Amino acid sequence: MTQSFRLESGGLINRDKKISFKFNGKNYFGYEGDTLASALIANGVHLIGRSFKYHRPRGFFGAGVDEPYAIVQLYRNGETEPNIKATEQELFEGLEAKSVNCWPSVNFDVGAINNFLKIFLPAGFYYKTFMWPKSFWYKIYEPFIRRAAGLGTASIKHDKERYEHKYEYCDLLITGSGPSGLASAYSAAKNGAKVILAEDKSRFGGTLLTSEVNIGNQSGKEWADSIISELKEMPNVTVKNRSQVFGYYDHNMLVMSERISDHLPKTKKFHPKQRLWYIRAKEVLISSGSIERPIVFGNNDTPGVMLSSAAKEYLKVYGVLVGKKPLVFTNNDSGYETAIEFKKNGIDPIILDTRKEPQSEIIEDAKNMNINIKNSYVVVAAQGYKKVKSADVAKISDNKEELGSIENIECDCICVSGFWTPTIHLASQSGNKTKFNEDIDAFVPGIPKQNEKTLGAANGIYTLEETLKDSFEKGNLLSKKITNNENKISFPNVVEKKSTVHDKFWCVPLPKGKNYKRFLDFQNDVAVSDIEIALKEGYRSIEHVKRYTTLGMATDQGKTSNLNGLQLVSKIENKVVPAVGHTTFRPPYSPVSIGAIVGREVGKHSKPTRKSPMHSWHEKNNAVFVDAGVWLRPRYYKRGEENLFEASKREARNVRTNVGVCDVTTLGKIDIKGPDAAELLNRVYTNAWLKLPVGKARYGVMLREDGIIMDDGTTTRISENHYHMTTTTAQAANVLSHLEYYLQLVWPELNVNVVSTTEQWAGAAIAGPKSREVLKKLFPNSDVSNESLPFMGYMEADLFGVKAKIFRISFSGELAYEINVESDNGYFMWEKIIEAGEEFGIQPYGTEALSILRIEMGHVAGSELDGRTIPYDNSLEGLLSKKKDFIGKRSLSRKAFAAEDRQRIVGVVPLDKKTSIPEGSHLVKDSNAPLPNPKLGYISASCWSVEYDNPFSLAILKDGKNMIGKKLFVMSPLKNKVIPVEIVSSHYVDPKGERVRS
Amino acid sequence: MLHIKCPHCGMRSQNEFSYGGDATVKRPELGKEISDQDWDNFVYNRKSLRGKHWELWQHLSGCRQWIKVQRDTATHEIFKTLKANEEIS
Ligand SMILES: [Zn+2]
Repeated sequence: MTQSFRLESGGLINRDKKISFKFNGKNYFGYEGDTLASALIANGVHLIGRSFKYHRPRGFFGAGVDEPYAIVQLYRNGETEPNIKATEQELFEGLEAKSVNCWPSVNFDVGAINNFLKIFLPAGFYYKTFMWPKSFWYKIYEPFIRRAAGLGTASIKHDKERYEHKYEYCDLLITGSGPSGLASAYSAAKNGAKVILAEDKSRFGGTLLTSEVNIGNQSGKEWADSIISELKEMPNVTVKNRSQVFGYYDHNMLVMSERISDHLPKTKKFHPKQRLWYIRAKEVLISSGSIERPIVFGNNDTPGVMLSSAAKEYLKVYGVLVGKKPLVFTNNDSGYETAIEFKKNGIDPIILDTRKEPQSEIIEDAKNMNINIKNSYVVVAAQGYKKVKSADVAKISDNKEELGSIENIECDCICVSGFWTPTIHLASQSGNKTKFNEDIDAFVPGIPKQNEKTLGAANGIYTLEETLKDSFEKGNLLSKKITNNENKISFPNVVEKKSTVHDKFWCVPLPKGKNYKRFLDFQNDVAVSDIEIALKEGYRSIEHVKRYTTLGMATDQGKTSNLNGLQLVSKIENKVVPAVGHTTFRPPYSPVSIGAIVGREVGKHSKPTRKSPMHSWHEKNNAVFVDAGVWLRPRYYKRGEENLFEASKREARNVRTNVGVCDVTTLGKIDIKGPDAAELLNRVYTNAWLKLPVGKARYGVMLREDGIIMDDGTTTRISENHYHMTTTTAQAANVLSHLEYYLQLVWPELNVNVVSTTEQWAGAAIAGPKSREVLKKLFPNSDVSNESLPFMGYMEADLFGVKAKIFRISFSGELAYEINVESDNGYFMWEKIIEAGEEFGIQPYGTEALSILRIEMGHVAGSELDGRTIPYDNSLEGLLSKKKDFIGKRSLSRKAFAAEDRQRIVGVVPLDKKTSIPEGSHLVKDSNAPLPNPKLGYISASCWSVEYDNPFSLAILKDGKNMIGKKLFVMSPLKNKVIPVEIVSSHYVDPKGERVRS
Repeated sequence: MLHIKCPHCGMRSQNEFSYGGDATVKRPELGKEISDQDWDNFVYNRKSLRGKHWELWQHLSGCRQWIKVQRDTATHEIFKTLKANEEIS
């Protein structure tokens, strides 16, 4: 294919570097510096997709971020990405793209049948039709809509690319490098302020790249280039292209996505694909410019109808003609600039101007160039299906209501200009109360909520001289306030063509007997008639009209459709536009890839992984690990072909008969010091703490103020004013915050300090009838007898030269000890334990065996202390002191908590002693009762009892106290199980607790 | 993301803090008789105010101090921050 729409010369592209690419399977060439859109247009490709609802042919409408049509599926380096705007995607060698919304192909599209059925697809169509019958939704409607109306396909592969996050602070963040952005950045930078200048496109300069102006004896582009190169040299300035500031959040936090590698065939080694910047700016200057508005007329979505500014940009930046027989349809002077560019390149345009007798310098220029200008003329309808072939045009009356006789003009593109809409998205996101500016029929920023100011065209200022003056001044003033430094800049001489007022005309009336579709929202196929229906059906609020018709709800967020939609609603409603108001702008301004939002926090990097000092020993000994919060803990140690069930039973049985060792480093540990430490414990725990002797540990339960159990654990009095508290692994952080809360805010008079020491200590639990024998070998110089170190005793001892703490506490219900050493000595301790225990048959055991041991003992853990139970529910009411007050005590006398038939922990055994009981199952009285079957309780934890060799579970059961001995059913609809069971005591093994004291 | 001035550490981003609810709630004194209604008010009943609101935050990933923050719940404007031991005026 030849680039038949490419000019011989001109544009900012690099004609020395040809780039090959593929679109819908065909090979084409473009140049370095092209976008996919400019390269396709250069090759004469004007049909790029099908529309969302009616599957009408779609071409190019804009040249940048405002593009509603040209959305493609991109293929790059073996990956695919949906929702890419061809007008933004820079061309790279080997680029491949495909149309979306076309099935089976862009030229023959099955969905186009919707176009002929459009009478059945009015506003609210999806709501109305697909609601009924309900059963059709999943099987028929949804797949059909998805297939027929997608905007591309997301890849299901793992994204190999890297995305980064970066946090930055600056004095001034300036969003956009057009004249206002450059001028304000320059004066702020000269005052020494820390400036970030962000430009969405690859080229800096904004409208200066396409306008015929002079600044200080340089062309607009030359001036922009010189300012940018000077800014890049300054150490206090960060200049970023391909960087879209898409969100303005609270307290002047803005988020910017930088596309680092998207324009390259392949991401460079060690480079991210994109980088998300979180920028906290003292001041924000919004210089995002404005977007040209379409004029609404019949078939205004036909390929070849596009914004006049886009046509000019394709000419001046890319050296590409969007058509060879252009018609320019305008209500202001901007259209003339486009026509003049065509004329300069040997193309004869025709201008249709809705105004009667406009006069200005630009219009004078056009006349002097012999451009055919038709005043008081409008385009009534575009003709042609896959491309504009001609236009039906007519004279329009002075009141803009009557059309003259229809004439047909041959043309291959219609360049439309309906004046300019300031890009106020960021200002609106920041909370700015926008106001309607009558002069430009558009909203501009009004009263700011945060530290932001809007400059230039984004603020409705459309002359270059005024824009530059205002921007230099604002940049200077704001930076001076921050840096206390002022470097006055002499204002350059500006030469620009003066323009005259625009015509507030936005919609061409339908000629008699015709009902052309006149589109407002080009991406979501919302036409004038849809809005009329919505209003007829009673929708009034613009937010409701938006959702009902989907106006402005597509991925372009109504960048080209918003204002015309408002004009229409206000016209029908007989209101002025400001009374109708605009819908809320929400971030992101333009779509952002999910990868950039997630950043590096993917896979195992999504949370930290904590490992105990003994981790590598566990790995060497075939441990299978399980996530416990952010910790990795051994679940079981695999021997031969064992599975989880077999291994955990073996480990648990060995604890009951010999001795086992378990890594308990993950338990939360809090060091508590101070003269009032005992008093704090006494208020935090439900039981009494004031008389705990030095060298003793005590089990305690702490409540929340609402009476629910928060955590449990043992606390040991190390010395007079020094305690060592342990918490469950999961609640460690919350308990510390809880203590800090009461110490700092509620009882600041208590002289106590708390600090987490979880990481400082490595812990090993040695449990089993032979554990004392192991201890004797580990501490030959200490007396670890039952008399010297009784149950709940504590001592410090020497472990072959290492300082160790020995706590005689037990979670397994066996004679057991917990040894703590400083973390660095953890591995040493563990090896010594294994060595010393060998002759007694010691085996390491994991969390699964630990569960078996605690369940059959009836010891509660996280599955019972689940944020819904009080002490009574867990048979822990014996720990409630009657003599003192404590956190949460008052709540326990609430009616429901004191009820006679209150839920309570019980044991559950299947009658057949064989069937395992799924955790989470429900307990019911009658398994055949009609649904919903009244639920009496739930299974909180299940195991295979190694003591009795049958299944055993714990359950929280209504009136559990009086249910022991009763027969109930366990039902698990999920596992389709009904199991007859007997309710027994939760203390299934050693109910008197003799073993721990032995 | 809010920008909160910790009275101990200075301006920090919201992700270093955790929210702790209404700062004007006073815990009833330990060991004192209290009616069900008063206790319920302390434990459960909160006004969901629109506007200026004193609330607690903990500088969790910083100095770990609980602080008092006066914030507008509608606009997120922060007017004042106090140390735990400073009285709300
Ligand atoms: Zn702090």
